[in-house]
Amino acid sequence: MSEARKVLIDPLVDNNPVTLQMLGICSALAVTTSLLPALLMCVALTSVAALAGAAISALRHRIPNNIRIIVHMTIIASLVILVDQLLKAYAFETSKQLSVFVGLIITNCIVLGRAEAFAMKNGVVMSFIDGLGNGLGYSIILIAVATLRELFGAGTLLGYPIFELTSNGGWYEANGLMLLPPSAFFIIGLLIWGIRVWRKQQVEKPDYQIHEVHRTEVY
Amino acid sequence: MEAYVSLFVKAAFVENLALAFFLGMCTFLAVSKRVETAIGLGIAVIAIQVITVPVNYLIYNFLLADGALAWAGLPEVDLSFLGLVSYIGVIAALVQILEMTLDRFFPKLYNALGIFLPLITVNCAILGGTLFMVERQYNMPESIVFGLGSGVGWAIALIALAGIREKLKYSDVPDGLQGLGIAFIIVGLMSLSFMGFSGI
Repeated sequence: MSEARKVLIDPLVDNNPVTLQMLGICSALAVTTSLLPALLMCVALTSVAALAGAAISALRHRIPNNIRIIVHMTIIASLVILVDQLLKAYAFETSKQLSVFVGLIITNCIVLGRAEAFAMKNGVVMSFIDGLGNGLGYSIILIAVATLRELFGAGTLLGYPIFELTSNGGWYEANGLMLLPPSAFFIIGLLIWGIRVWRKQQVEKPDYQIHEVHRTEVY
Repeated sequence: MEAYVSLFVKAAFVENLALAFFLGMCTFLAVSKRVETAIGLGIAVIAIQVITVPVNYLIYNFLLADGALAWAGLPEVDLSFLGLVSYIGVIAALVQILEMTLDRFFPKLYNALGIFLPLITVNCAILGGTLFMVERQYNMPESIVFGLGSGVGWAIALIALAGIREKLKYSDVPDGLQGLGIAFIIVGLMSLSFMGFSGI
């Protein structure tokens, strides 16, 4: 059982798909202007990742190696269509806000990457757990970014006012930059910095080592 | 004509797929370490984008949309739920065709692109371009212009980032920010500067 636990917990911080493996960043940035669409996106992606892992793992002995990418894409696309239709049926307003990004789960590298790296080699249950873990690792980053952006950009969380805005006679001047695309890049960049200060082993080696020269050597 | 020029500028700069919609970010960050490879990938993306958006336009409007099958005598059929599967199939097939054509007629370019060519299939900028075309209901000439504009914009952003990162190699970055972290900050700054185009 500890094996399963490791597979589930590992992607949360130590092997996070967004901040370490550089996967699935596109949607992580685009849907995070407010918390509600971000939460829906997390649920959608986690369920697709887990179910796709299980389905591909169940078929792994029957998928011919040279057309495996197309088979994976078809399985993932069918699951995404299901999620898309469900969202349109039960959460129409939010699904409008997510616009094309639900469809883009198909090309989200987390799903395909885990299918390729894990589901093709492991059993059904483990692949399901692995998809779940990676989905949750993605969700943590998404929720953190969305909370920061909605709280400081609009003073609200899930639509409920937290900081009283100056336009309503309160004290908080909303920071419009937080709602614009660049802030998402900055927040993720800083988040990565924070995680890597905490977990030293994730630090990347510089390509070019700067040679330390003492001032006296120059003269 | 003017409308097409403004659509091109809008697709390439103001609504840059990479910097304003975050599309194709994974490849964008992974392949932007050297200018040469960035140029190769940029050209491949432009080529695929110009072909896929109009082809998917035809597929959507003559096969999938509500009532699109009227020419086949089936006016009540609505296949739009099959959209995602068909688009990704078209993209995968086109990438495969482009790969074979390049291999046959331009082996030099084929070798230069190498692994990046098949990877374009899972580049969300390509699928995103198609989905935007459907969502915004572009017509045929508009979708060609939009495909070209969005591809060019993505390529420009990629090559610019690669140029910056090549120089950045020699600067002293804090340990935790090394690599991915600093790349994000740079992209953020680039995105800020691209927002300056929104006045055009």
